Amino acid sequence: MAMTLGKDVSALFPDVLKNIATPDLDQKKLVYLYLMNYAKSHPDLCILAVNTFVQDSEDPNPLVRALAIRTMGCIRVDKMVDYMEEPLRKTLKDESPYVRKTAAICVAKLFDLNPQLCLENGFLEQLQEMIADSNPMVVANSVTALAEIQHSAPETGALSVSPPVLKKLLLALNECTEWGRITILTQLAEYKTSDLKEMEHICERVVPQFQHVNPSVVISAIKVVFAHMKGMNYDVVKTYMRKMAPPLVTLLSSAPEVQYVALRNINLLLQKQPDILSKEMRVFFCKYNDPPYVKLEKLEIMIRIANDSNVDQLLMELKEYALEVDMDFVRRAVKAIGQCAIKIESAKDKCVNVLMDLINTKVNYVVQEAIVVIKDILRKYPGYEGIIPQLCQSLDELDEPEARGSLIWIVGEYAEKINNADEILTTFIEGLDEEETQVQLQLLTACVKLFLKKPQTQALVQKVLQNVTTKSDNPDLRDRAFIYWRLLSNDPALAKTIVLADKPPITSTIKSLPPGLLEQLLAEISTLASVYHKPPETFLGHGRTGADALQKRALEEAQQNARENPIQAAAAVTGGKVTNMENLLDIDFDGGAPASASTPSNDPFGMGGTTPDSAEASRVASPISGLSANPGGVQQPANNLDDLLGVFGGDGSVQNGSGAAGSDMDILGGGFGGMNLETTSPPPGQQGKPQMKNEDIMSLF
Amino acid sequence: MLSGILLFNQKGENLIFRQFRNDCRPRLSDVFRIQVISNAQVRSPILTLGSTTFSHVKHENIYLVAITKSNANAALVFEFLYRLIALGRSYFGKFDEEAVKNNFVLIYELLDEILDFGYPQNTETDTLKMYITTEGVKSERAMEDSSRITMQATGALSWRRADVKYRKNEAFVDVIEDVNLLMSATGTVLKEDVTGQIVMRAYLSGVPECKFGLNDRLLLDDSGLSRSNGNKSGSKATRAAAGSVTLEDCQFHQCVKLGKFDTDRTISFIPPDGEFELMRYRATENVNLPFKVHVIVNEVGKTKVEYQIAVRANYGAKLFATNVVVKVPTPLNTATTHVRTSQGKAKYEPAENNIVWRIPRFTGQSEYVLSADAVLTAMTNQKAWSRPPVSLNFSLLMFTSSGLLVRYLKVFEKSNYSSVKWVRYMTRAGSYEIRF
Repeated sequence: MAMTLGKDVSALFPDVLKNIATPDLDQKKLVYLYLMNYAKSHPDLCILAVNTFVQDSEDPNPLVRALAIRTMGCIRVDKMVDYMEEPLRKTLKDESPYVRKTAAICVAKLFDLNPQLCLENGFLEQLQEMIADSNPMVVANSVTALAEIQHSAPETGALSVSPPVLKKLLLALNECTEWGRITILTQLAEYKTSDLKEMEHICERVVPQFQHVNPSVVISAIKVVFAHMKGMNYDVVKTYMRKMAPPLVTLLSSAPEVQYVALRNINLLLQKQPDILSKEMRVFFCKYNDPPYVKLEKLEIMIRIANDSNVDQLLMELKEYALEVDMDFVRRAVKAIGQCAIKIESAKDKCVNVLMDLINTKVNYVVQEAIVVIKDILRKYPGYEGIIPQLCQSLDELDEPEARGSLIWIVGEYAEKINNADEILTTFIEGLDEEETQVQLQLLTACVKLFLKKPQTQALVQKVLQNVTTKSDNPDLRDRAFIYWRLLSNDPALAKTIVLADKPPITSTIKSLPPGLLEQLLAEISTLASVYHKPPETFLGHGRTGADALQKRALEEAQQNARENPIQAAAAVTGGKVTNMENLLDIDFDGGAPASASTPSNDPFGMGGTTPDSAEASRVASPISGLSANPGGVQQPANNLDDLLGVFGGDGSVQNGSGAAGSDMDILGGGFGGMNLETTSPPPGQQGKPQMKNEDIMSLF
Repeated sequence: MLSGILLFNQKGENLIFRQFRNDCRPRLSDVFRIQVISNAQVRSPILTLGSTTFSHVKHENIYLVAITKSNANAALVFEFLYRLIALGRSYFGKFDEEAVKNNFVLIYELLDEILDFGYPQNTETDTLKMYITTEGVKSERAMEDSSRITMQATGALSWRRADVKYRKNEAFVDVIEDVNLLMSATGTVLKEDVTGQIVMRAYLSGVPECKFGLNDRLLLDDSGLSRSNGNKSGSKATRAAAGSVTLEDCQFHQCVKLGKFDTDRTISFIPPDGEFELMRYRATENVNLPFKVHVIVNEVGKTKVEYQIAVRANYGAKLFATNVVVKVPTPLNTATTHVRTSQGKAKYEPAENNIVWRIPRFTGQSEYVLSADAVLTAMTNQKAWSRPPVSLNFSLLMFTSSGLLVRYLKVFEKSNYSSVKWVRYMTRAGSYEIRF
């Protein structure tokens, strides 16, 4: 026991070794276990054990033969490797399938130690032949070993699924153990075919696996069908989706951890096929005892499947959640109500009513979150100005910058309808210096709006501009104040058209993955990548190379995006760029490479990802969309672009990116677009970001 | 794939450390202890630090941790950990710290057998018990049998030996249903469904082929009962009356021929010897709720909460439920409680913030009432009480909430022996929650 817990008992090596030839199987296993642990510390003495291993690999008892070959593969000593060749060759052809399946895995172990030797001895070819073995478990293990070799050294071409191999795999699928099935299903999902008949055949054979008792088999089967049904005609796809729904729902009755994996994957599937589970809203209702990570995930999914017919049910449920005690969960629930309102127009009245009820509860964090959410609703649907007085009543309760910012934005935006708007803003201005940057910026804009709508408040706006331009150390804030000031003093009419311009409507506040990433993740269903919703390279970290490759890809993607739809890019200007930027930043930070690496050195603001034409576009278009006074800190105009729009919308990197984008543009024209976006930290602050991001990753999971 | 399996006790002491790949270093156990066990913030079961991913599951008083360095199949990893727990329980009765400490040699042996180079191998308890043994689990077979054992461990019928012999051929079928209910404060049902399992204990000689039939609506449809009538909802009602159920989804033990079920919905299989779970299913239509619960809770000022709870049994008067437990949540600052019940005993359990009302035997069609009030102490913190739902626990024999019935179980074997079959039904509470 001491041995496995890290205490060093290697001094006993010679003594233990003496016992290796014991006929007692249990004792032998223990000696082998010891050898596996300490072979490295006594490589020379290992030679003494070789003889026994070779003998054991010819023992009449198949259990002993398998044990010997299994252990040999685990003793990672060069000398041992030389002696493995012969026993391995023999055991691969053993009469007992138990030994053969163990030997098959052993080839993968050998390849890991010494690829050269493995190739020279033709073990790979032997494994490839074993796919045709009569025993399904041997087939599964051979495929496993080949897949591993293929993965670590693609140049060997170890596993290439051809139609005859496919046939064998499908045959073995129904007979092997659950784990073997997963191996085979994974290979089937990766199998590329353009032959429609073949796809149909694969799906037909795989669909029965939906009924398997092991949830991971079910998920793998769904992955296969999902991958291969793409090319089929609409009706067939529909049938498969119908068949997929019940097993997906059943996954929710498995253990919580498995549920979590399933939910994350369902989330992905729903982004691709939003209507698979539209009738199953109720099964996602949270149980009181569900672990928090499951509850949050269920919420996400409920919003995704919300539609006209089930929204009433959902709202009732969300209201219930909003009264629970877990703060994160409550906030998420309140946010979900807002997302519902924005997603489903017919439900907006009910959503607003629910939100107002929640504000009346006076629970601090509920009120704050509700105000942030109502701000979004106001942006999408005009006509709710009637509730504003009620919002203003809870003024004193707000202590979070996001909520304060949102309220200030509301006050500024509807200044003409709020009688005491100047009083409200005055109260905020008194504490201006102590506010977060986000709130300060919002306050500045709100005052300007107020002035443009009610010129009698000139004193107020002057005070603010005076105050900010002289006292503030924050370049973003100060420069914005200067711009406003110049604008107002030169041409108030122009200022009006710019600051009070129509805002682009928001279409959705539900976060979706960019299509490229989504496709990539759909190919990774049930793996860790699908749980994190991040490509595997980002968290596996192959040192600098991995991160570099990623950067390159992100850059290419950014350029391609700009090339593909210049119109959209132009229309959304900052939005589009922000998203690219943010992806770039985020990916980069995940990979652990320094942030500066992603931005060419001649560009201090990190505009590396944008091509000249999109930058050009932004200049042309920015006065139209970029200038409107922007809503409070969270939701950037980026929201217009639901497809480009961010997974990470609203978090630090977005704001950062947008700030940078703004600074790059013409001072008068584009400047506002970016700057209005509540740049929490000045562009140089980028250096500080990587760290924050990394912490995020740590704490997120 | 898996790089290593670690077991910890609650204090974070490493009990088992088995590495399967070279990249699993001993210091990773310290990382896990610091980052997960002693960190109250982390509640996600998956955690990636650097490039190492820890996936953990908690069972009894131990943590089971799988370490991976690659983009592993997360569903598989967790399912495997749960299989390990199941194995531990069947070997040691209870899989906790004590069991691990007492059997660590055996656990290493088991781990070696079920994982090779980090890839799961055969995890069938019955097969493993044939060649990995303890004093508790003795195998009477001698070593000469090992070639046969290995044949079975890898064979197409890895779950059954060929030479089983019984004097009396019997098969027991238990239909066990967990009924889940979520009812809102206004009394509308938010969610009701049944998750059922059919557990079979087969003591049958030779290699019998079994066919199993349920009153599954789709099946009955196919077998000629199909009355083609346009009105769908109408036909649903008639079917319910005719005693068929709609199974939303079902899953089978690996012995069931899935292809066959997919084509004609017949459940045919060659059963393992002894006890196994034949299938699991889920039903959402026409759920018969065994209990109706009415909850009235009044918060009187800030010092008192009054409860009126009536539970009515909705099943036949000849049946009776056992071990009915009603848990009534009380606010966190409850000082004392006064409880009266018309049946059973109720007790306030401060540790759980619950009034626990136990009724050992609950006869059908009867109704019992609990009235209570909880006196609260004054609190400085005026946080609203979250009002967790009232929950119920019970088990009820010879009743299925879904209405599922076993229609037949046929056994075919070469020697053509006759066999005796027994069927039992039981309904239990899954998560039976009523909000108030």
